[in-house]
Amino acid sequence: MLNTISPVEAATGIALQQYLTVAAILFTLGAFGIFLNRKNVIIILMSVELMLLAVNVNLVAFSAYLNDLTGQIFALMVLTVAAAEAAIGLAIIVIYHRNRGSIAVDDINSMKG
Amino acid sequence: MTIAGYFFYLFSIVLISSGAMVISARNPVHSVLFLILAFLNAAGLFVLLGAEFLAMILVIVYVGAVAVLFLFVVMTLDIDFGQLRKGMSRYLPIGILVGLVLVTELILVVGGFTMAPGAIRPVASAQVSNTEAIGRVLYTDYLYFFQLSGLVLLVAMIGAIVLTLRHRPDSKRQNVARQVGRKREDAIEVVKVETGKGIS
Repeated sequence: MLNTISPVEAATGIALQQYLTVAAILFTLGAFGIFLNRKNVIIILMSVELMLLAVNVNLVAFSAYLNDLTGQIFALMVLTVAAAEAAIGLAIIVIYHRNRGSIAVDDINSMKG
Repeated sequence: MTIAGYFFYLFSIVLISSGAMVISARNPVHSVLFLILAFLNAAGLFVLLGAEFLAMILVIVYVGAVAVLFLFVVMTLDIDFGQLRKGMSRYLPIGILVGLVLVTELILVVGGFTMAPGAIRPVASAQVSNTEAIGRVLYTDYLYFFQLSGLVLLVAMIGAIVLTLRHRPDSKRQNVARQVGRKREDAIEVVKVETGKGIS
């Protein structure tokens, strides 16, 4: 008989579904933040960071409950890419504000024909 | 409920409420500070899951670098945030609709999730710390991914420098070619001064 109860769950009494629910709510908050702050690029970048954090919580939870380290390696890669994305995004915001004096999303349409 | 259970609920509630504050705070500086709080609580959840290495990386890299970078940019740029908040309520209904649909779908999926028998790997007999276990996998099986993530960071660093570097024409910079090309004749002049007369 193969066990379907993870050792982590047996030790702490918290089911995997609870972690997944927390991550789902956090992901939804991130997506909702993009709708709520449509004009502010900085808050949009922070919402994307929240969504990536929710994904990382999912990956680490699966990694712990399935006893497989691959999920944590993957979370590490997600962290790397998120840090790079934040640095590049903020650099673009800084240079755009220097050139145009505004970062309102509605004004960023100079590429439009 | 065990101690770990109480801490799970503490970290989760603070994580979700600070996430809500990130997207709804009036002042963007407060948003960044709540983002830091969210990262710290996610690190607490990682510790509960036994992923201490990732928890510490999250605290060091996110709280120490990324969040401070956000704070730096928010405080440096002179932005009228009141102007940016106008027209927020226009997209609120569709935002709430999309959010509700998304969270309902995700929780339905999560609620019906069951582990396949045999999916859980047996616990390794050798007791090593989380950091050592990650190192054993990361530097062997996932070596190329590790190198590739270093390359991503290098490209991001070069990109950020190239984007924000600006040559001001009036800034005083060292011109090495001019310094090296300086000759004795340009620098000093030997003058024979007659007695009683100055240098004209």
